[in-house]
Amino acid sequence: MSDAWLIVAVVGIGTMLIKASGPVLLGGRVLPARASAVVALLAPALLAALVVSASVSSGSQLVADARLVGVGAAGVLIALRAPILVVVIVAAAAAALARLWLS
Amino acid sequence: MRSPMTETPATPTLSFREGATTALPLAVAVGLFGVSFGVLSASGGGIGALPAVVMSVTTFAGSAQFAAAAIVAAGGQPIAAIAAALMLNARYVPIGVGVARFLPGGPLRRFLLAQLVIDESWAIASKGDGEFDGHRLIGAGILLWLAWVGGTVVGVIGGEALGDPAVLGLDAAFPALFLALLIQQLRSRSAVAAAILGGAITLALTPVAPVGVPIIAAAAAALLGLARR
Repeated sequence: MSDAWLIVAVVGIGTMLIKASGPVLLGGRVLPARASAVVALLAPALLAALVVSASVSSGSQLVADARLVGVGAAGVLIALRAPILVVVIVAAAAAALARLWLS
Repeated sequence: MRSPMTETPATPTLSFREGATTALPLAVAVGLFGVSFGVLSASGGGIGALPAVVMSVTTFAGSAQFAAAAIVAAGGQPIAAIAAALMLNARYVPIGVGVARFLPGGPLRRFLLAQLVIDESWAIASKGDGEFDGHRLIGAGILLWLAWVGGTVVGVIGGEALGDPAVLGLDAAFPALFLALLIQQLRSRSAVAAAILGGAITLALTPVAPVGVPIIAAAAAALLGLARR
């Protein structure tokens, strides 16, 4: 099995079990408040990690390249409340232009 | 996100339809989001066209799928991609517990219906005070799932024709997307603190840890949730 299929299989099955755990096993019970507080912070912590990693890492090196221009453009558009697809397209275009100009 | 509640007691069919109608504008956005997932997965260095479509059908969780795709595109180990995606989806445990008693049917039916729970369908079904309309959730969830899978199919068809993602700036699309998703999560001070700490952990570990590991390590920032209250 290739790496891609391994990821698809494990993430797919794992997510199904995660989503079903409440409705199938736990019924109407609630999670302890402390567990909920930690789980609630997983998404912001990991998404920030992904922003950093996808912006400035190249393998195990920290680099500043055209991607930063794209992320900057995305930040401006998000502040202007642009739709997510516009944000992504403009970020890509800005990075592509910066790359042309830098090379 | 929530539409005004109807005065008359809603029948399941009505609620189902109402959920789908409310989700319609979101379905457009989710569909386009699916297109970008397809494009990024099928262009050079991604997880590939067919795996991307199968993932959208089975996983149906945008940020986790993008996280896995980004780590693969960066050359990370499969275990890193899997761990990051599953930790992002961990929020569906408390969300699922919250909607559990509003989903109809026996264990198998509830297992399947639970797959329709995503941030958007959950928000549409919320009636406030921890009450949910299960049929609204199902109506919204089915429409959003169709949009997500359909968008992914369109995206992979386009993405295979695109070739090298760097030329088109697609490598900047990942961080832009994560930034947009992150902003939506910053609804409390502790969320902002967790985000800053998570970003700092990743920055510090990138030069010294294997690819993908700095992202997983950032999950430790969520332990800030234990500190307060």
